[in-house]
Amino acid sequence: MNPPDLIAPGYAVPPHHGHAARTGGARLLIGLAVGLTLLFVVAPLLYIFVRAFSQGWQVYADNILNPATLHAIWLTSLVAVIVVPLNVAFGIAAAWAVAKHRFPGRGILVTMIEIPFSISPIIAGICYLLLYGRQGLLGPWLQAADLQVMFALPGIVLVTMFVTAPFVAREVLPLMQAQGTDQEQAAVTLGASGWQVFRRVTLPNIRWALLYGAVLCTARAVGEFGGVSVVSGNIRGQTNTLPLHVELLFNDLNAVGAFAAASTLTVIALVALVIKTALEARR
Amino acid sequence: MSITITGMTKRFGQTDVLRGIDLSVAEGELMALLGPSGSGKTTLLKIVAGLEWPDVGGLQVGGQDWLQLAARDRRIGFVFQHYALFPHMSVRDNIAFGLSVRPRAKRPGRAQIAARVDDLLDFLQIAPLADRYPAQLSGGQRQRVALGRALAIQPRVLLLDEPFGALDAAIRRDLRRWLRGVHEATGSTTIFVTHDQEEAFELADRVVVMGEGRIEQIGHADEIHDHPATPFVARFMGATTVLPVTLQAGRALGAGLDLTALPRRALPDGPARLFARPADIRVQPDPNGPWRIDTLSSTGAELRLLLSHPDLPAAEAQMPRRGAPSLARGSAVTLRLEAGSVFSDHRPLPAVPVTPLRKELFK
Repeated sequence: MNPPDLIAPGYAVPPHHGHAARTGGARLLIGLAVGLTLLFVVAPLLYIFVRAFSQGWQVYADNILNPATLHAIWLTSLVAVIVVPLNVAFGIAAAWAVAKHRFPGRGILVTMIEIPFSISPIIAGICYLLLYGRQGLLGPWLQAADLQVMFALPGIVLVTMFVTAPFVAREVLPLMQAQGTDQEQAAVTLGASGWQVFRRVTLPNIRWALLYGAVLCTARAVGEFGGVSVVSGNIRGQTNTLPLHVELLFNDLNAVGAFAAASTLTVIALVALVIKTALEARR
Repeated sequence: MSITITGMTKRFGQTDVLRGIDLSVAEGELMALLGPSGSGKTTLLKIVAGLEWPDVGGLQVGGQDWLQLAARDRRIGFVFQHYALFPHMSVRDNIAFGLSVRPRAKRPGRAQIAARVDDLLDFLQIAPLADRYPAQLSGGQRQRVALGRALAIQPRVLLLDEPFGALDAAIRRDLRRWLRGVHEATGSTTIFVTHDQEEAFELADRVVVMGEGRIEQIGHADEIHDHPATPFVARFMGATTVLPVTLQAGRALGAGLDLTALPRRALPDGPARLFARPADIRVQPDPNGPWRIDTLSSTGAELRLLLSHPDLPAAEAQMPRRGAPSLARGSAVTLRLEAGSVFSDHRPLPAVPVTPLRKELFK
């Protein structure tokens, strides 16, 4: 065959089909990516369900309907219901302040919002313990006021809020910065009040990013383990959230129970993932 | 409403954006703020709108102190350079916005708002676009919607920031004429900001030329074109050639220059600078002339020449190609100035007005 640079005029170049164009190297890399994803992500997820149902529907149902497991599901939902709206409010406020205003300390605020991303959740848990615990800085005062923060719902909520604080702000902030302040200024010159500007101009512009951030925040709030395990005290049926309960069952050598509880967490995560993907398509 | 601005200064960090602005705009006047970017024209416009606040100065509109009034209470129509339409609202809702955010007691009824929007849609010739969203409109259409949204609240003053800045040349010309028509129909006092001379002169009753935070000149097109008040205005109006001359009894004299066409001026004797536009420099072939043609290029309709002189800065000339004398690169020529502005180098230092600080009066 002619070397490529000696192709005569009129020589029919073979048509390039998609498959033919793919070199061996590309095929290898694609195969590797698919293989690793199956091995490290899909297989463990499937295995959760395989193990959860290994002794049939009845055992699975009994494990889910176990009072301690039901309580863990309820507690985890309660924490998410409290934390997510608070973080949505905080995220909007922080992003609004940073994107639409100039004030001293603005750069520091941006860094502060990011801190929970870079600190290990368990450190956050320990900090809260040292601050609010019985021997902690605020301990005597809290005890005098008869307020139980550690090893109770408030502690779990506080730590979860800390860990999930950046999610909404980080999603909304770049969008607000890209949009600038012209639309808000236009609304003001047309006579809108501060609340009307927010409600009718700012909020509709960020709604998809906001929902996206809220979904990510929910997924993280439901799955948080490290920080919560320090401050919850692991009291079965009282302060045990779903991730902590999974560990507890596993340590009890109740594998089916652990995997059954884990399967509910997995379903929540998968639903969040589907919503997130749908939202990404809308943006 | 008439607008009176007095002694206004504004500084952003280390930069003086406005350095003492005094300006009056008459009721019903259409005024242009013309200047290069960084001249402070947009800042001045935003101060009138209430979107920026001056450090010092006064702003009276229709006899009312507007520095005591928040932007939302001034009832102005502001058209942003990039329109700032609300992307999630239809054209109709965009235009209705200003009416629909009024407090309940002052808000017109739903039907009244709809009727007002319909009137505006007809007036601006965009009725077929009423239910579209901003992303579905062309630049010129967005411009009209932005103007409709501003006019809906029956503004006391209409302010436009680079209204044609983001449009093609052909659409600009159409919209310019159309905006003039809108101004005549509404009769509202209007200020617009532009960096385009042609736009300012064609559209405005009076033009304010701004440079580096100061007003350099206020006047009509011919006035500013023929008699620039400062070297800055002369340069901004296209004088690219600056030559040293000597003033004697009001006449400018320069080696190698025929300046007899320039009128006598009441300026002190001594060194001065002559500012000239390329089209005002006549090039005459002369084997003994001190100037040389360095480059010669043709745009078809016009010839453009760069000229050099052993002792003087370079000069730039331009003439219609038809009827031009035969010229070639390297040939010797003399220059005759048909027009130009002369500024004495012995300019008395301008008196700096000392304005007492009255910050406590402002927010």
